[in-house]
Order: sequence, then C-alpha cells, then structure tokens
Amino acid sequence: MLNYALRRLLVAVPTLFVIITLAFFLIRIAPGGPFDLIPDLDPAAAENLRKAYDLDKPLLEQYGNYLWRLANGDLGPSLAYRDRNVAELIAEGFPVSAQLGLTAMVLGLFGGMLCGIVAALRKNSAVDFTVMAIAMAGVGIPTFVTAPLLTLFFGLYLGWLPLSGWNNGQFAHIILPVVALALPTLAGITRITRGSMLESLGADYVRTARAKGLPEWKVISRHVLRPACMPVVSYLGPAIAGAMTGSVVIETIFGLPGIGRAFVEGALNRDYSLILGIVIVYATLIILLNLLADIIYGYLDPRVRPR
Amino acid sequence: MTAPGRSLWQDAMARFRRHRAAMASVWIMGAITALAIVVPEFWPNSLDEVNWDYLESPPTADNYLWFGTDVNGRDMFSRTFYGARISLTIGVLTTLVALVIGVAYGAIAGYRGGTPGDLMMRVVDVLYSLPALFFVIILVTVFGNSFLLIFLCIGAVEWLTLARIVRGQTLSIKEKEYVESAMAAGLLTPTILLKYIIPNVIGPVIVYVTLLIPINIIVESYLSFLGLGVQEPYTSWGRLISQGADEIGTAPWLLIIPAAFLVITLFCFNFIGDGLRDALDPKDRTR
Repeated sequence: MLNYALRRLLVAVPTLFVIITLAFFLIRIAPGGPFDLIPDLDPAAAENLRKAYDLDKPLLEQYGNYLWRLANGDLGPSLAYRDRNVAELIAEGFPVSAQLGLTAMVLGLFGGMLCGIVAALRKNSAVDFTVMAIAMAGVGIPTFVTAPLLTLFFGLYLGWLPLSGWNNGQFAHIILPVVALALPTLAGITRITRGSMLESLGADYVRTARAKGLPEWKVISRHVLRPACMPVVSYLGPAIAGAMTGSVVIETIFGLPGIGRAFVEGALNRDYSLILGIVIVYATLIILLNLLADIIYGYLDPRVRPR
Repeated sequence: MTAPGRSLWQDAMARFRRHRAAMASVWIMGAITALAIVVPEFWPNSLDEVNWDYLESPPTADNYLWFGTDVNGRDMFSRTFYGARISLTIGVLTTLVALVIGVAYGAIAGYRGGTPGDLMMRVVDVLYSLPALFFVIILVTVFGNSFLLIFLCIGAVEWLTLARIVRGQTLSIKEKEYVESAMAAGLLTPTILLKYIIPNVIGPVIVYVTLLIPINIIVESYLSFLGLGVQEPYTSWGRLISQGADEIGTAPWLLIIPAAFLVITLFCFNFIGDGLRDALDPKDRTR
C-alpha cells in the first residue's frame, strides 16, 4: 500500500511540473502587463518597475529563476500588493478556504450518503421522490445561481442568517456559504449512493446475509453499504475539483477572504505571481486529495490493490 | 441490394420522438432560441436604452417592460434574450471547437494505436488532472475577454472527454472488415478516418455533445459572473445573474428571471441528451 502511494506520488511530480510550466508561460505571453492599470504611469517608472520585478529578463531566465525560488519555497512578490508577497497572501486566505472547503466536503459526503441510503431503503416512496428531485436540481443548477437564491431566501426573506462576510468563521456566517458549496457534491453523492445501494441490495450475498438471520441494520451496514461506498469514493476526486472551482464563486459572492477570491482579484489585476501561486496550491491539493481518494478506494476494494 | 424499411437513423428518430421530456425540451429550446434571435432585433426597448421613468422597476405591463428594468433602467426583457443569444452562441460554438479538436485527436490516437497513440492519451490524462476552469481563467486573463477568445479558450479545455470517447470507439471500429478492406484498397489514412471511422463514432459523440453544451454555458456564465466574461453593454446570463445577485435586496427579479432561463436551458439540454442516448445507444435500451 505504501509502495503504491509512493509510486502515485512520483507520477504526481511531473504532473505538477507540467501545470507550473503551462501556467507560467500562459501568463507571460499576455499582451498587457501588470502595471497597465496604474493611472498615468511614467514610462521610465514602468521600466524600473519591470526591472524591479525581473520582468525585463528573457522569458527562459525568468522561468528558471521562478523554478529555483519555488524549490526554495518562495512564491515571489505580489505584483498588485506591494507590501506583501504571494506566500503571505496565500497563507492569509488559505485557512478560510480550507475551513469552508472541508466543512462543505464533510457535509456533502455524509449528508449525501445519508440521503442516498434513506432514498434507497424507501425506494419509490414520497421520501425517495422528494430526495431525488432535490438531488436532480442540486446536480443541475450551478453554485452561482443557488448561492444568491439561498441568500435571498434565508438571509433576506426569513432573515435567519447574515448575508455575507466571514467574521472569523463564526457559525452563523459560515452556514450559507458551506451549504451552497456543498449542494452539488451532496446531490451528486445522493444519486450515486442511491444507485449503488439499490444494486447491492439485490445482490446474492445480501440475500445470504438475510437468510442466515442477521438483523437488518447489520445487513445494511456491513453487507450493503460497504460495496455501495465504492462509486462514492471514486466520485470524490471530481467532486473535490468541483468544490474548488465552486469555492471561487462562493468566496466572491459572500465576500469571504479566502484564496478563491484572491484568485479572481489577481486575475482582474493581472497579478501574475499571485495567480500562479494559487494555481499551484489548487493543483497540489487536487493531486494530493485524488491520491487520498485512490488509497481509500484500494483499502475498500482489495481487487484494485496493486500486487 | 435494396432492402425496404427504415434506416438506423429513422429508427432512432422514432425512438427519440417517443421520449416525452426530450421532445418537450426540444420545443422549449426552440422557443428560447427563436426569442433570442428575434427579441434583440425587434423589441421596442433596446438592451442599453435607459428608461428614466422606470429605474429598477418590477415587471410591469407598461411600455413593454414585462421583465422589469435593472438599476440603470434598462429593459430586462431585451437584456434577458440578448443574454440568451450570447450564452447559447457561446455554448454551441465552444462545443464545436471542442468537437473538432476532440474528434480529430481521439480518432488519430485510436487509429494510430501503439506507443504514439498511448502517448497521446497520456497527454490527455495529464491535462485531465489539471484544474481546467483555472486554466480558462488564466487564458481569459491573458488574452483579454473578447468574444472570440472566450469560446476558443473554453473549447480548448473541454475536448478531453470527447477525445477519450472517440478513441475508445475508434479502437474497436478499426478492427472491422470494412476498414480492413479500405486499407487493402490502398486508401490514404485521412480518407479512412474521415469516411470510415468518424461517421461510425457519431452516435455517442452526439450524445456527449448535447451534454457538453450546457456545461459550456455554465463555464461561460461562471466567467461572466466573476467579471471575466462578456463586458458591458453586452451581456450574458451569467453577467445578468451576477448583477442580479448584487441587487437581491431591492430587486429580486433581476436575479430570478435570468437564473430561471439558465436553469431551464440546462435541464432541457440534459433531457435532450437523455433522449438521444436512449435513441442512439441500442445496447442500453431499457425504456
């Protein structure tokens, strides 16, 4: 198992390298520069700025320098925020994004499995139809539509929850963003869990388990649920990537000071080094979390375990 | 030999017509498309005309302001269908870009096979693990948000699944006798690909394309929502939703109307995709 994980990590390194290279060169062939947005900038001053940020050097040299500094853990200076560097900006936003993302993933995963299990056990009942209708809406409707609608309903009409802001992750402030972010994952996992539950409920080994007189909860928890988890785990990879892109929207809508919002602001300000840094963070996370999902999968299903 | 009866395509059409949700979706999408073409041209209020007497007015029968007006007094009816025009156009064009790249790449990788084919698919695997939307954002930031570039960027990122589907199909088709006979007849590889391989992978490709259009509409809306897509005075559903989201306290219709159209469109395309899958994929005909 450890061997497998290490081998997957080795494959992840070139992937990450491709990402960094692609992102670096894509950003540098941009027609405009990061200082275009400063009004009435003197050409000589602009030249000095470019020099100060290494932007006057040949592209390959810049690339080499960037990789070298990256290897030393330095993500470079931010081009828009003169007083802070990229690593500091990311370190500021990361805890917010992580708290938001983690809570949403936990809610999506466990909430979705619970809904799926209930729907499957009460197949074709009113509960089943309601859950599946909501799940279908959740899968189909993008976050940037559900989030404002949730705010409109729970924030404005009912007045139960604050409309925006982070407030150091206070519970009331975190509910709406987390729910909006978790919704697509929750809906997807509900559908998958229900489908695979129904499949394994009809399997022969479940009939055997019942025939030997196991109590129903044991049949469900031990014999039905475990194989039904497999498709859920393989769905986690795409779900994580989806949650990260969703978190960019959520942070923008609710005005949360996370790295998703920093990414959008960086894109609007052409803050090259900040965008690059955040893409690297996101990509690393996606790769690591996918690896984790694969390891869990191997743990659950002995057949895919290598050798 | 001429056999009487229906062709495969006629069979598929008949099956598709029996799929009620898909047929209803076709009609709804037809109506929205027609309105998207007609309204911006002929509606009495144009999309950037300011109605001073109706600033942020709720939907009303006066002055043809059926969907109300936005903060600047611009007619939402006109803007919603102009947004429909942009969103649908981008959805279709980006899908075409993805279709061309994906089909060509997948067919070549599958037909060539061996190490070069595997290498081509390894590239797809690596690209697959990249956070695609972030690359679209970078591309849009880099090349500016002109209409043409937005759809090129989205299309350039969304072709991966198509390449996989086409490659899988090609791998099995190239073993068929008619391809072998084409090779034996000494036809050139591009001819074999265009005439014998690609026409036969079209079924699953059509199904995936109808599912890719709503995905691309979402991507465009996502970019416009973040302010990285279409710029004023032009608009798209994503942009309208984003502006509506800023005004939910005072003017909820600005959010709800474009959001409703977007969601209806997404569901329609998904139903059409379901219908096409049932019609075109004879293996999985459960209904």
